[in-house]
Amino acid sequence: MRIRPVGMHALLLDCADPGDPSADVAGLVEAWRAELTARRERGELTATEIVPAAATVLLDGVPDPTAAARLIATWTPRTASAGGAAGLVEVPVTYDGADLPIVAQRWGTTVPAVVDRLARTEFRVAFCGFAPGFPYLTGLPADLALPRLPTPRPRVPAGSVALAGPYAGIYPSASPGGWLLVGRTGMVLFDVAGDPPARLTPGTRVRLVAT
Amino acid sequence: MTAGHQPAGEIEVLRAGALTTVQDLGRPGYAHLGVPRSGALDPAALRLANRLVGNPEAAAGLEITATGCTLRLTRAATVAVTGADAEIRVGARPGDVGRPLSVPAGAVLRIGPASRGVRNWLAVGGGVDVPPVLGSRATDTLSGLGPPPLRDGDRLPLGTPAGPPPPVDLTVGPPPRDELRLTLRLGPRDDWFTPAALDRLFGTAYTVSPLSNRIGARLAGAPLPRAVTGELPSEGVVLGAVQVPADGQPLIFLADHPTTGGYPVVGVVADVTPLAQARPGTTVRFHGPQR
Repeated sequence: MRIRPVGMHALLLDCADPGDPSADVAGLVEAWRAELTARRERGELTATEIVPAAATVLLDGVPDPTAAARLIATWTPRTASAGGAAGLVEVPVTYDGADLPIVAQRWGTTVPAVVDRLARTEFRVAFCGFAPGFPYLTGLPADLALPRLPTPRPRVPAGSVALAGPYAGIYPSASPGGWLLVGRTGMVLFDVAGDPPARLTPGTRVRLVAT
Repeated sequence: MTAGHQPAGEIEVLRAGALTTVQDLGRPGYAHLGVPRSGALDPAALRLANRLVGNPEAAAGLEITATGCTLRLTRAATVAVTGADAEIRVGARPGDVGRPLSVPAGAVLRIGPASRGVRNWLAVGGGVDVPPVLGSRATDTLSGLGPPPLRDGDRLPLGTPAGPPPPVDLTVGPPPRDELRLTLRLGPRDDWFTPAALDRLFGTAYTVSPLSNRIGARLAGAPLPRAVTGELPSEGVVLGAVQVPADGQPLIFLADHPTTGGYPVVGVVADVTPLAQARPGTTVRFHGPQR
């Protein structure tokens, strides 16, 4: 893990390891996210935002980043365990997405096998981004990564379950989108009256259960 | 509203203008859920307007863009406008930017087009009392959280004034400039760019593009070539981050910026508030924090 400066009030913990392509970067990001969040709760770290992403954790709103970086360098995150404290959320999914045949072709298999694969995978929310409550779900092996559509759809309906890169994702609201559509759910993913407002927060384990 | 409360008055929007939004100090603390910070593009200017009318600094006001707006208040109120140079009238009576104004019930308040700079902030005694969303009344133009931008005919509820405004007579901010010199600290991804790119960044002038908005100030100028090609995995970004997309033209993230981005951030601008007043064509130069 390398700590990079970001302006005057932020730090980026970079968990990528260019020398080791087999490193579990997403696992390390999750371990640091959990560690930093727990330390903040215990008053050992001051940060307005702790933002995990694909290979990094951003700390923003840090009063003294230099001192914080020195402190963090002395910490070791506990290894993220698949059965960690965060709960398991089962998302009911109707697998009727328009892009299932494309996914099957890319994976060299059939549509029913794609659905079976997705329904059997235990995902974890790696991070949220793109839109409030949009979860980037890790859990698929790297060799099943998919390119985005060459031209994004102008409108993807809310609840669409989709794949892109190494991730599965769920659109919390209707928006333009270039991910490959595999299904849909009626689950509400973002509700401003909820606490937290996002149904699937970073670290949450997720199953995309076929209905 | 609980029984017995009198309605605290409303703002009637007679002419909304190009883009008038409700803004406060935004909704920090939710970036990990993909929720942008939002809030006034120049928080100090909104805080000042609130102080002038006796509001808490975090009260919601209006952010008015370029073409002004026309409002009517259903109750008497003290108001204050800060930010760009603009002609202000209460009925037929002229007012000043940066000075508290008394607006009688039913009077028309006109904020004219910005004659220098781009944006004004309007505070009304009691604040704009639309329902908060995740602790903020701010309109987020990226995610759609908060109230939609104002339209002609809208009515916005006002809160109850806390007390008489403090005895502040007149405040004057620095006038908008034709050339901005912005302090930029390199990182986190300056190593994705060639040394020549960093020379260009600090050594050449950029101009503010007309495509700029509350999400970001787009710049046009010498493109910044990459040393590392390929795609950057999405990572968290901060206010003032200078992101460089594939065309090499820098984009400085402002209040409604996305929480994560997939293009490398070459550096971070220490203070983005001057960009709130930067018209298209304004010259921008970067310098390092040591100078």
